[in-house]
Amino acid sequence: MEDKKVILSVKDLVIKFRLRGDILTAIREASLDLYEGESLAIVGESGSGKSVFTKSFMGLLDANGWIDSGSIMFEGEDLAKFKTEKEWLKIRGKKIAMVFQDPMTSLNPLKTVGKQVQEAIELHQDIKGDEAKDLTIQILQDVGIHDPERRYNQYPHEFSGGMRQRVVIAIAVACNPRILICDEPTTALDVTIQAQILELLKGLKDKYNLTTIYITHDLGVVANVADRIAVMYAGDIIEIGKCEEVFYNPQHPYTWALLSSLPQLGVKGQDLFTIKGTPPNLFYEIKGDAFAPRNPRALKIDFVKRPPYFQVSPTHKAKTWLLDPRAPKVEPPESIRILRQQWEVGNNG
Amino acid sequence: MDKKKEVLLEVKNLRVEFGKRKKRFVAVDDVSFHIYRGETFGLVGESGSGKTTIGRAIIRLNETAGGEIIFDGKKINGKIDKELDKEITRRIQMIFQDPMASLNERAKVEYIVSEGLYNLKNYKTDEERKDKVEKAMLDVGLLPEFLSRFPHEFSGGQRQRIGVARSIVMEPELIIADEPISALDVSIRAQVLNLMADLQRKKGLTYLFIAHDLSVVRFITDRVAVIYKGKIVELAETERLYRNPLHPYTRSLFSAIPIPDPRKERAKKLEVYDPSCHHDYDKDPPKWVEIEPEHFILANERELEEYRKMLAKNGVQAIG
Ligand SMILES: Nc1ncnc2c1ncn2[C@@H]1O[C@H](COP(=O)(O)OP(=O)(O)O)[C@@H](O)[C@H]1O
Ligand SMILES: Nc1ncnc2c1ncn2[C@@H]1O[C@H](COP(=O)(O)OP(=O)(O)O)[C@@H](O)[C@H]1O
Ligand SMILES: [Mg+2]
Ligand SMILES: [Mg+2]
Repeated sequence: MEDKKVILSVKDLVIKFRLRGDILTAIREASLDLYEGESLAIVGESGSGKSVFTKSFMGLLDANGWIDSGSIMFEGEDLAKFKTEKEWLKIRGKKIAMVFQDPMTSLNPLKTVGKQVQEAIELHQDIKGDEAKDLTIQILQDVGIHDPERRYNQYPHEFSGGMRQRVVIAIAVACNPRILICDEPTTALDVTIQAQILELLKGLKDKYNLTTIYITHDLGVVANVADRIAVMYAGDIIEIGKCEEVFYNPQHPYTWALLSSLPQLGVKGQDLFTIKGTPPNLFYEIKGDAFAPRNPRALKIDFVKRPPYFQVSPTHKAKTWLLDPRAPKVEPPESIRILRQQWEVGNNG
Repeated sequence: MDKKKEVLLEVKNLRVEFGKRKKRFVAVDDVSFHIYRGETFGLVGESGSGKTTIGRAIIRLNETAGGEIIFDGKKINGKIDKELDKEITRRIQMIFQDPMASLNERAKVEYIVSEGLYNLKNYKTDEERKDKVEKAMLDVGLLPEFLSRFPHEFSGGQRQRIGVARSIVMEPELIIADEPISALDVSIRAQVLNLMADLQRKKGLTYLFIAHDLSVVRFITDRVAVIYKGKIVELAETERLYRNPLHPYTRSLFSAIPIPDPRKERAKKLEVYDPSCHHDYDKDPPKWVEIEPEHFILANERELEEYRKMLAKNGVQAIG
């Protein structure tokens, strides 16, 4: 992974919103190197900043939000400095595309499915008319829509939820983007359909040479699709590493808590694990490790000083003082040990 | 299983239809199951398979076109007298998926939680009603002060607690929980599940739990039924079913559950269900059969043979 080419590089990104006269900081100096061809999953509870972070790569922040500082380097340009829609149109849809959770919000109910895909092609590629239509039918086929000639002339309401999501994916890949961001792409779908869409996305990634970012709260989905995992908390990536590293050797207490919440760890007749307290109020300045107030194992320094990244391996790092050589030895919670055991048993047997 | 278990709810050959004549659509078709007092019974299946319709038929919101629903020994579907109707309104309550949509936004929490009591007038003094309402709030972990507020002042998790308070204030015996956590943030889900389990222990509640998160269903239910297009295809004790799913639909459903373990998840094989190639029901139609104790399956003779072999391979003695 280390010798892979960086396709997008985010440095110390700060994103703020103005809300009823007050200012909240949604992204707090987050950094990320995205590697060409990889599949990165971003996980974290809702409100942690996953959508805001990735929307900023496409100039899709709500009108009351702005990039306050930091940079987003992509193809030699700093996207954080973009000011006009015209600049964004070179990137959005064309170089970086997005698939949202609810396909209905991304589709126009009054236009046939074929037209919508074809428009995306005509807008971003130098193809028109019959040629564009042929390509549309080809793409509809690629995303697993049977009988694409007939389906071309149908409207979104004639499609099931899973089929609609395929159409949205078709529009996203129609312009051959380099990066595809999937924001909770399967959350609204039944598990069997979810499994099919994930298979589809993985297949398209190879076929279209995509770099993909998955945003999801489902750790099962993460295990399926991710090469690497970024764990987000209160607007920062507090741990990042290869999929196996984060699952089998998590380091940040928040990652421990996230994994401990898995219903698979539940014991019948006992309470499920819950993370105590609530995420920090983003209107106030956050001191130290943002997770400290909810972390029963927090150290004194966690309340005072924000931890830097500590490398765990060349591909794995986490922002927790527990990794400082001077820190006392703190064992992960019982649930993490149980998880490891389950995995070891499962993987050897 | 314990033979002395008391059956609280029995659903026999239930049929629910929507629309008339040409547009007639059978949403629930020949569905049978029973729920023991004190257990949590799960109902899983893809969206549109008829889960909510079954729940609504039990609380008499959907008319039944055939079959019987028997609660604590009394038939409660079709024409029943007023007294019985009142009685089951109190004894069976439903919790809905979207706490936002199911709570009247313009009413104060006090009214929302009291609504069922007002409807049945099953309290003597207003003091008694207030008392019940405050107790219900405390039971779900909310402060009685909140009663004077409006639903929009609460978070999703708190709103679902209000939904739970509104049902337990009736002191029901059976609660039908229709996707009670699906609309909630993951971090809140566990809290609501813990609350429901706690209430069950304290009040001896029986749950019919409808859900599509199959990992959660495995954790909280005692027995589970799998429904496909209006028909229950398999029913068994939860652990037993998750370990040895027999019906091809159950197998495809369970194989699609994402496993939060990268090595296992990537090694797993997806099974696909295609009714037209899995079954040959023209000459040999399926029946609802108990294949091992407390494990029911919809199958024809040829399939039963096959399922018995599968069970034998897993070291389980089949019936018949
Ligand atoms: N338009 C907006 N105005 C004000 N705050 C916003 C806006 N959009 C997002 N936020 C805030 O930014 C934070 C991160 O939100 P988001 O990225 O949507 O979280 P996630 O996708 O992880 O659930 C949240 O606290 C959210 O309330
Ligand atoms: N009031 C109604 N009128 C017509 N059709 C309905 C009505 N309620 C439900 N249905 C249909 O019955 C089927 C089962 O629906 P439902 O019980 O809501 O499924 P589930 O809860 O499993 O998602 C669906 O095809 C649905 O469209
Ligand atoms: Mg989001
Ligand atoms: Mg439903």
